[in-house]
Amino acid sequence: MNTLKKLLGYVWMVLSPAIILFLLYEAFVKIGAATEAAKANTILQWVIILLIFLPISIGFFIFGKYASQNEYEQLP
Amino acid sequence: MNASKQPSKIAFVIGASSVGTLIEWYDFYIFGMLATILSKQFFPADAGTAALLSTLAIFAAGFIVRPFGALVFGRLGDLIGRKHTFLLTLVIMGGSTFAIGLVPGYASIGWLAPILVLILRLLQGLALGGEYGGAATYVAEHAPAGQRGFWTSWIQTTATLGLFLALGVIILIRSSQGVDQFSAEWGGWRYPFWISILLVGVSVLIRMRMSESPMFSKLKSEGKTSTNPLKESFGQKANFKMVLLALFGAVMGQGVVWYTGQFYAQSFIETVCKIEFIQSRNIMLIAILMATPCFVLFGWLSDKIGRKWIMLTGMLLAVLTYRPIYKEFINITAASKRVQILDNRLTNSQSAFPLIDGKDKTKLYLKTQADTFYLDGSVFRYHITDTMILKAPMDGSRPMTLINPDMIQYQSPKPNVVVEKTLGSAAFWDMVWLVFIQIVYVTMVYGPIAAFLVEMFPTKIRYTSMSLPYHIGNGVFGGLVPFLGTLIVEFTKTSDHPAGDVLAGLWYPIGVATVCLVIGAVYLTNKIDKNVMD
Repeated sequence: MNTLKKLLGYVWMVLSPAIILFLLYEAFVKIGAATEAAKANTILQWVIILLIFLPISIGFFIFGKYASQNEYEQLP
Repeated sequence: MNASKQPSKIAFVIGASSVGTLIEWYDFYIFGMLATILSKQFFPADAGTAALLSTLAIFAAGFIVRPFGALVFGRLGDLIGRKHTFLLTLVIMGGSTFAIGLVPGYASIGWLAPILVLILRLLQGLALGGEYGGAATYVAEHAPAGQRGFWTSWIQTTATLGLFLALGVIILIRSSQGVDQFSAEWGGWRYPFWISILLVGVSVLIRMRMSESPMFSKLKSEGKTSTNPLKESFGQKANFKMVLLALFGAVMGQGVVWYTGQFYAQSFIETVCKIEFIQSRNIMLIAILMATPCFVLFGWLSDKIGRKWIMLTGMLLAVLTYRPIYKEFINITAASKRVQILDNRLTNSQSAFPLIDGKDKTKLYLKTQADTFYLDGSVFRYHITDTMILKAPMDGSRPMTLINPDMIQYQSPKPNVVVEKTLGSAAFWDMVWLVFIQIVYVTMVYGPIAAFLVEMFPTKIRYTSMSLPYHIGNGVFGGLVPFLGTLIVEFTKTSDHPAGDVLAGLWYPIGVATVCLVIGAVYLTNKIDKNVMD
């Protein structure tokens, strides 16, 4: 089980930047596709989403790092 | 003082905490449920920047301010105590909700209206961020060892009962008034906001009679409270890794299951299945009422067999059955699946007079209403709007009834059709059961989670440590279910298939719950911490 915890840790570390890249891509696509009237609103929505998900993704990366370092082998 | 020796005291603790938390949820939900009317009153779409303020009110309150409130009030709760902190959140929530009901509309005071509502909505988000962690911690710190899951599950019922109360109050007022009276500037939509002040007033009086948590009081008397809860919660690896585990291994999945079962389901029933306003809410109300006792059942069960596998089973069932359930929603409400009554005496088709557009005097709308009756008792009402462009603007002197074909320059080849379905009894109950199943999943993931979170963190930084993952999991991951669900459906739209795959939006909650399920299964322990005084 501890090996699985460690290996999955690397998966989370890869998944984290992938999520951010995906969100950035979607933000550019959606903002680009928005009509002039809706553009400012669409930008605001995506800025909020990116602002929120960036620290969460960093947290997910740190979680993966801790897992890969066997920090979750023994829990209290 | 040991509460286990005083059953009446623990009952008072649960009652006083739960009523306040329920009212906070009620306050938070009525804004979302009345969003359409609020946007017309405060954020008119043609007012440009007002739409931006609307976005801020909807997005920022849930996604930014809620976690921020968790930090602000969590820190306060670990520094000065649970009782005074969640008394403060209740006052802020109640005050801002009542004040929203007093703000004149955009038509009366212009820009000031959306700005005031935005500020008040942010205050609501802030207060909610501080409330839950305090109430859960407070109850858990009173609960006898071995019964923590059972007692905290009462707090867990409040979010769902708050939704129930909000739905019930709105339906009651809306049913007693016409649509126009309800939606007017000073109409019935304001009453749910005004009612809040009474509820909060009673709750504040009850909470003022409460004493501080025995565990926090003990720490304080020994001078062992934290001097910097934020640093100790998130700056020390030993605790921070548990915060991350709580978020990614439990709360993230719980949040999406909660929001899918209760908000996405309602939105899907109304906007995709096209069930009529009151009936769609009745489906939710009945399902919620039937499933609510399961919160206590699973909370109690978690004391016997552990929290982990109950929560993860709820997530697994959600992952496996969401798509079949929502597919069944579509089948139950489809016209093609039922037998139409072809009896002209039951055909009810009404044509209205042509309506002229408010701005463009050459544009006319011809509205028709037609009912279709089915053998199972269902009635589908079709609102059909034909649009016509006249060669010359209407000057007002000519009666609308004298419009002849020569005057029409263009008529839209395809009328706009909006359907409103009222289901027969059997189909109605099929829908109720399908929503009920989803809310049972909610009770499985949510019932034990307060006890689970409380047991993960030490007393001196418990309020701060458990509040942040809870509000990120629910406010962000859960709160984004409607937005991201809609966005994913948009991806599937093509010119050949303009409606897209209406079930595609479920991939977001299914995906998040799957990741959380894997993390929870691999990393979490099923151990129940008997002694949380650490």
